[in-house]
Amino acid sequence: MEIFGVPSALLGSQLLVGLINGSFYAILSLGLAIIFGLLNIINFAHGAQYMMGAFIAWLALTKFNVNYWVALIAAPLLVGLFGVILERTMLRKLYKLDHLYGLLLTFGLALIIEGVFRDQFGISGESYDVPDALAGGINLGFMFLPIYRAWVIVASLTVCFGTWYMIEKTRLGAYLRAGTENSQIVQALGINVPLLITFTYGYGVALAAFAGVLAAPVFQVNPLMGSNLIIVVFAVVVIGGMGSILGSIVTGIGLGLIEGLTRVFYPEASAVVVFVIMVIVLLVRPAGLFGKA
Amino acid sequence: MTMKKAISIACTTALAALSGGVQAQVSGGVVKIGVLTDLSGTYSDVAGPGAVQATKMAIEDFIAKEKPDFKIEMVSADHQNKADIASNKAREWFEREGVDTATELVTTSVALAVMKIAKEKDRIALMSGPASTPITNEQCNDVTVHYTYDTYALANGTAKAVTKQGGKSWFFLTADYAFGQALEKDASAVVTANGGKVLGSVRHPFPGSDFSSFLLKAQSSGAQVIGLANAGADTTNAIKQAAEFGITPTQSLAGLLMFITDVHSLGLKATQGMYLTDGFYWDLNDETRAWSKRFFGVQKKMPTMVQAGQYSSVYHYLKAVKAAGTDDTKKVMAQMKKTPINDFFAKNGQIREDGRMVHDMYLMQVKKPAESKYPWDYYHVRQVIPAAEAFQPLAQSRCPLVKK
Amino acid sequence: MSTTKQPSALIKTEALYTALFVVGLIAPFAIYPTFLMKLFCLALFASAFNLLLGFAGLLSFGHAAFLGTAGYVCGLMVRDMGVTPEVGIIAGTAAAGLLGWLFGVLAIRRTGIYFAMITLALAQMVYFIVLQVKATGGEDGLQGVPRGHLFGLVDLSDNVAMYYLVYAVFSIGFFIIYRTIHSPFGQILKAIRENEPRAISLGYDVNKFKLMAFVISASLAGLAGATKTLVFQLTSLSDVHWHMSGEVVLMTLLGGLGTILGPAVGSATIVTLQNELADKVGSWVTVIMGLIFVVCVLAFRRGIVGEIQALIQRAGIR
Repeated sequence: MEIFGVPSALLGSQLLVGLINGSFYAILSLGLAIIFGLLNIINFAHGAQYMMGAFIAWLALTKFNVNYWVALIAAPLLVGLFGVILERTMLRKLYKLDHLYGLLLTFGLALIIEGVFRDQFGISGESYDVPDALAGGINLGFMFLPIYRAWVIVASLTVCFGTWYMIEKTRLGAYLRAGTENSQIVQALGINVPLLITFTYGYGVALAAFAGVLAAPVFQVNPLMGSNLIIVVFAVVVIGGMGSILGSIVTGIGLGLIEGLTRVFYPEASAVVVFVIMVIVLLVRPAGLFGKA
Repeated sequence: MTMKKAISIACTTALAALSGGVQAQVSGGVVKIGVLTDLSGTYSDVAGPGAVQATKMAIEDFIAKEKPDFKIEMVSADHQNKADIASNKAREWFEREGVDTATELVTTSVALAVMKIAKEKDRIALMSGPASTPITNEQCNDVTVHYTYDTYALANGTAKAVTKQGGKSWFFLTADYAFGQALEKDASAVVTANGGKVLGSVRHPFPGSDFSSFLLKAQSSGAQVIGLANAGADTTNAIKQAAEFGITPTQSLAGLLMFITDVHSLGLKATQGMYLTDGFYWDLNDETRAWSKRFFGVQKKMPTMVQAGQYSSVYHYLKAVKAAGTDDTKKVMAQMKKTPINDFFAKNGQIREDGRMVHDMYLMQVKKPAESKYPWDYYHVRQVIPAAEAFQPLAQSRCPLVKK
Repeated sequence: MSTTKQPSALIKTEALYTALFVVGLIAPFAIYPTFLMKLFCLALFASAFNLLLGFAGLLSFGHAAFLGTAGYVCGLMVRDMGVTPEVGIIAGTAAAGLLGWLFGVLAIRRTGIYFAMITLALAQMVYFIVLQVKATGGEDGLQGVPRGHLFGLVDLSDNVAMYYLVYAVFSIGFFIIYRTIHSPFGQILKAIRENEPRAISLGYDVNKFKLMAFVISASLAGLAGATKTLVFQLTSLSDVHWHMSGEVVLMTLLGGLGTILGPAVGSATIVTLQNELADKVGSWVTVIMGLIFVVCVLAFRRGIVGEIQALIQRAGIR
């Protein structure tokens, strides 16, 4: 059966691949959106922290024989802790200054982290095998779907919506949102706002590392994996509306799907389509699709 | 004869006499060899530190055996597969550091850029790693030697064998730069010439990491053979992911450029039965085994054809410098083209006027795991493709240097 | 930052610039000319960038798009259409200016971080377009660009001749920036940077001024890019990659944001560092760049020239 002159099997499979990519976009842009929305910092190091998550998983497996499932919990915790240290020692000093300095600092941090890993491991990449429990695939008829990739979709969407729920519907989330709108009043009410902010940065970073562990068996674990991805994620965040949690999730998935579609009909444009959409959105709705102007 | 001309002739003669016949000597008494390779990226296993090691071995062996009256120095640099880094480095080497030849040069975009700089500065570009045929066709020049292999030879070996074995319909997964495109072009021609059909192709960014959408396209084409017109990590990742997506049972993969290091990292289980064309195999005969064991002693990996070819080409260059008595580019090039190559790497190898070094190539098939008796015992040698057949005939050459 | 200077200070500045100019004239006889040429191209690039950030207060994170696009346009025209180098340079500069206008129109609507993000994404779009278009050579880059004969007369394949062309281009570009900053236009830019609402209330069409500044900055960045292509006879994807955009930010920050000589000092430092370290420490160059970034942001925000200026002022007060 053909749709628009393309076999439906190909269309379906590319959309599914698009959904997988979209899940990565969603979880990464969610982390960025949380950090920006609540801290007003553009975390340029997000890509590098994603890469750290993947590398920790790989190192854990090859050097310490720690399996994927443990790494899935351990890597985000470790990288999140690293993020907390960064926030306490460096980012904190910049809150009073122009927000651009935060961007520049995290950019510098990204260079350092990537440079160190690059020096240690080279850039040809290390392979990380799919964990045995998730190996193999299901024959869906129109394509053979590797189980692992289905897991990626499920895991990222669960985490995304879990986070959204926590921020929008729980008390902790309410404190976070209030704290960044008016930290003095919230502090006067007895809530430790600096601690909240530290926790938020750490959580956003942990999300990036979680995405990294998920990505390890799919993309290759190499020091540049984050920098290739981060610019697209920035575009996603801009399209979604820079502080909007829901916006980043929906836009991330949506963009993955659109990329998949583009690959079917006009493959050369698949890398540019994100940015074209961004330009259109900016012309029509400068605050982003879900943003507050 | 005018006064001016007379004076200038007198001056030149005087200078020549004073400098003790500089033209017939190695400049500065030193031959400086530059190894410009990929030390940390996609092709670092194929060439990289191993190629630097091979160069060192060549220099040491040459000094020990031939006892030249000039000193030999080596410098090396990482071009990171980027044409701008490579050409700036080559320019600096030639302009500032008196480097006589830039060697290795894996990655076609690097090779193309450096051969232009070499022509401009009148130095030699001695290539072992890069693959694309334009180096000795459209882009050819008289300071370049393309030593080890090229995309024509690979296509002629692998694509021909696979098509003849029954793989009649092909779909290409191509690395989107000059090398991938050249490999796809040469292989397509061979497929069609042998009764096969090319159903289509898809280009992936270089270097790639996730090939799922490209492989799915290849799968939906229904082709019997998916030709991988890429190399290094791209090839190994594509092979792995093809298995993940259940493509390999129904369609076969043809790795158009595969090295023994790729087979080693993928394992025999994943690669058994695959055909590939190689310019060197460590286990061919006693000579190759002896050299390769020396190499293995330092690198802990068996040499690829690029690394073995690097040794052979550098050694051949040094012999030419000694025989010509100078490091002058024209004289050394003439000497290199005049002298046949007979060493562990090539028997009756010859550098043609287009810069192409022709020698026997080998069609290999990867052994089944049960057939492999010792480490690195990976290949059956299915066919020796003689030099005259393996490479593009001069009559078909698009190089302006070839007189028709 | 006050620009009203005492007469004695003015004379000191003039003397400084003259001295520097003379040093530049004789430098190629002491230092490897190709290195100097790279330095001046990047110094112009950084100075153009600083015009936008240091004086108009707009952080563009996609300036590499202008550098690279001009390089490709110039390279293509010189190599494939056979134009003389000065035509190529002018064409490249114009192309960059046009691209700057396009970017500006889209990005000016937002400020601060949003502006930076938009410029970054737009530049990335340019990167991918450049990658796809066959004419640019994609991954291989645009190779074999001949240096040609300037005005059909001067053979630029001689390194010294090429150097003087680069030096002339740099001096002209630098002069334009200097005059722009010290003009009424420059004053208004500064006013907008310091207090935009007030500038609006005074009746200035701030968006128009910002756009103009953007176009000038982009054009001069393009001037640097086109010249650089002729120097190295090659344009590649590195020239449009966001790492290059990041590097120019670093150069400006290190040298001194909002100072006139800062970007040039910063770029000279970075280029020298990269040159000296690349062979010795390989990948650590990136780490060192990152460290410099972090240190500058945390503790050294005025940059080299900024710190020197502060020292002089303090010395003057005492």
